[in-house]
Amino acid sequence: MIVMQAAILLFVGVAGTAVVFTRNPLNQVMGLTFYGLLMTLMFFIFQAPDVAFSQVVVGAVVLPLMVLLTLAKLKAKEQSKR
Amino acid sequence: MNHRARTTLFIFGGLGFLCFYIWGLHGLPGFGHYPGPYGDILNSLSVYQRHATDVITAVNFDYRGFDTLGEEFILFTSVMGANLLLRKQKDDREELPPRDEAADRVVPPTSDAVRVTGLALVLPIVVFGLYTISHGQLTPGGGFQGGVILASMPLIIYLCGDYEAFEKVTSHVLSEIAEAIGAGGYAITGLIAFAFGLPYLTNFIPLGETGDVLSSGTIFVISVLTGIEVAAGLVVLMISFFRQALVYRKSGEESGGQQ
Repeated sequence: MIVMQAAILLFVGVAGTAVVFTRNPLNQVMGLTFYGLLMTLMFFIFQAPDVAFSQVVVGAVVLPLMVLLTLAKLKAKEQSKR
Repeated sequence: MNHRARTTLFIFGGLGFLCFYIWGLHGLPGFGHYPGPYGDILNSLSVYQRHATDVITAVNFDYRGFDTLGEEFILFTSVMGANLLLRKQKDDREELPPRDEAADRVVPPTSDAVRVTGLALVLPIVVFGLYTISHGQLTPGGGFQGGVILASMPLIIYLCGDYEAFEKVTSHVLSEIAEAIGAGGYAITGLIAFAFGLPYLTNFIPLGETGDVLSSGTIFVISVLTGIEVAAGLVVLMISFFRQALVYRKSGEESGGQQ
């Protein structure tokens, strides 16, 4: 168990850093989704299944969706300016 | 400030932070060794005091119910704020049918496998969300967790259908009303305790039998109200984002789908 906990903490750390260092917003959202899934796994491994439920919906679905929709809106605006 | 000066400043600041960080880490208790008394006390008391077997929900909705009320209103306020920012403005016109694809790209239709899997998931998700909300005082879960699970149902319908299908299963007005009932109901449940001469948010309903769904008094009631508020709030948020991104166009703005 302790190995799994250490491994998932390491993965979350690496994924979080990767999200921060990704500069293209679209790629960043994909990284963020993956990061959300890793966080879900982390909560599950640390025996907080209820927090894992919230995290999988909010972190891996709703938040990326909102960013994606915002990006789509911005792109539509940009195209109309040209 | 040029690049070199910024880097120098960062290195000095970072070194200082590192020193305090390592110093701070030294004071931490060992991994998995919980030092405080509160968790242990509540673990041994909550079943007797509140007839709740999930201590976390008992803490959230009873022992520190007032804090959770504040958290719930943070959610309520942020949803309302996003709703206000993303409202339909004067020079917005609605473009129908809404297109959720880029103009310069041919998007393949959703595959049958995704549609069948998604549709098969819809009912189990609703049941699981309701279960998580209503059994918050017995097993891990509660209003917040069940609420977000419920709110993912329209999203799955969007994933295996299109925006029109999403719009058919959601209602902006009803969701707003439900959100208000959930948030207001929590505050009013706390107020009812005054009528019994008890402090705000005191658990005034008979606690019932431990292990029963309808047990642990106001914890169950507040959990259900929170579930309604969270699910409806997230749906309101999603509707505003979808409308703004897919339906509303400024006059003169090129529509999403047509060339």
